[in-house]
Amino acid sequence: MNESRRSEYAVVVLFGCAVLSAVGFIFVYAWFSPRHMPNSLLGICFGLTLLFIASAIALIGLRLVPNEEREDEYPQEHPEQQQAVVEQLHAAGELITRKRMLLGAGTAAGCALGAAALAPVLSLGPFWNTTALDKTPWRRGKRLVDQNGTPIRADDVIEETFYTAFPEGADMEEIGAPVVLLHLDPAKLHLQYGRKRWAPRGIIAYSKICTHAGCAVALFRKPTFTPVQPAEALVCPCHYSTFDPYTGATVLFGPAGRPLPQLPLMIDRSGNLRAAGNFTGRVGPAWWNVLEKPI
Amino acid sequence: MRVRALALGRTRPLLCALALAVLAGPLAATASAQPPSGIVRPDTEPRHASVELGSELFAGNCSSCHGIAGVGIKNARPGAGGVMGQGPSLKNVGAQAPDFYLRTGLMPLDNPHAEPRNNRVLLSDKEIRSLVMYVASLGRGPGIPNPRPQAGNISEGMQLFTQSCAGCHQEDARGGYVTGARVPPLQGYSAREIAEAVRIGPYLMPKFPPSQISDAQLNSIVKYVLSQDHPYNKGGWGIGNIGPIPEGLVIWLIAIPVLLITCLILGRRLRRE
Repeated sequence: MNESRRSEYAVVVLFGCAVLSAVGFIFVYAWFSPRHMPNSLLGICFGLTLLFIASAIALIGLRLVPNEEREDEYPQEHPEQQQAVVEQLHAAGELITRKRMLLGAGTAAGCALGAAALAPVLSLGPFWNTTALDKTPWRRGKRLVDQNGTPIRADDVIEETFYTAFPEGADMEEIGAPVVLLHLDPAKLHLQYGRKRWAPRGIIAYSKICTHAGCAVALFRKPTFTPVQPAEALVCPCHYSTFDPYTGATVLFGPAGRPLPQLPLMIDRSGNLRAAGNFTGRVGPAWWNVLEKPI
Repeated sequence: MRVRALALGRTRPLLCALALAVLAGPLAATASAQPPSGIVRPDTEPRHASVELGSELFAGNCSSCHGIAGVGIKNARPGAGGVMGQGPSLKNVGAQAPDFYLRTGLMPLDNPHAEPRNNRVLLSDKEIRSLVMYVASLGRGPGIPNPRPQAGNISEGMQLFTQSCAGCHQEDARGGYVTGARVPPLQGYSAREIAEAVRIGPYLMPKFPPSQISDAQLNSIVKYVLSQDHPYNKGGWGIGNIGPIPEGLVIWLIAIPVLLITCLILGRRLRRE
């Protein structure tokens, strides 16, 4: 086996390795859930794909494509020399004996790379059955707990600050779990019809997930002196969607298209806060049909 | 009718002044950042801090907005220097709030509608202590906290800061914005001022009582915030530590052109050989 033939096989092997690592990337992306995604493994797979393709191309350039430079006089006067050049040109083409095999391998590697780049499409959806998105861990009677799992007592919820609460015994990282808890002046509350008893003593809870892009609504704007300062508001730090906590978290400003879903609350006999039902609407970022399909 | 005419007459010069201030731009901004009338002081100040001195300073500099003896003014009314005074009661704020607001230069404010900023502190230490004593004597309230950052744990502090503070102040305490106001960066504050701010919740910030953030946790938070005065930049140049946008700008506008120019120079040299 001559040297050029060996190089050809090496190129094909390199393209094959590129295909394998690209398929590895897609496999890793599809196999692990987003929360346990091994990012370094993804990076290694994708990096190897690029590296293999690059080495294959480099090898073609170095071994299979002639890169000899000749500076000749205009060869019209020397037909023999012209003939020599033509022969050399033909001989150069002969270095590549299996053009189709190389082309095939290169195409396969390119397609695998493209498929790997498109792998995140797997994260889209669900496309047809969206009921899973409506599920939240909140039920009537669920106690509100803090991040350590301690039940929150109504007496401990004071004004001029904010709390993050979760449903007892549920996965805190679920999108429907966290709520922002406020103690507002009951006299200033203007809730929609049917929500009058959802904020006992002015303690009110809204989903902590912004209805625009799903960030955590982590800002509570609290004036020190209400007559001259901006009023209370819940603000999302990502794009500054601003919600009015007094009127059912209606949108005051920003890109959010609908209010934060409200969680009805009640106080049980031992003074703990409990949910009095589920949210008033879908939790999390907006998508098509979201307004037409309440829970 | 006459009343309205009078009121209009009074607002027009004010509007003109405002327009002038806008036109004058940055110059006017630096000038108006100070209280228009400066600090009013008694003719002879006693040598030591005292409630009496505090009371006199309060009457001259604070009572236009906070009312006589700190009872607060609910509906705006004209006070000293033509300022329409309006402000919260200071009855039970204790020593903590005046110590914080005066030492950070947030107070006195030249106009109750203005956003408090860290202006140059025009009061001497003695005057501040006098005012703090006076305001604390108006009612019962929390004393000045005494945080011990050396007893805190910096990684716990970072975790707590991320949970409760970073939403507005950013992970690296560089500040930011909330709708309608600026969120200050936290560099250059003392441990005491940081602890006071957490407990008071100045301006639009929520307050965090000990039931929410314990004194031990506060020590950790203070330690973390102080550590962000001079953060350790692993990558070299911190670019102000204000996040990915300036970092991206540096990459696109500086790093990539430098690389391209290097490539061009290398290529030219090779061709010459």
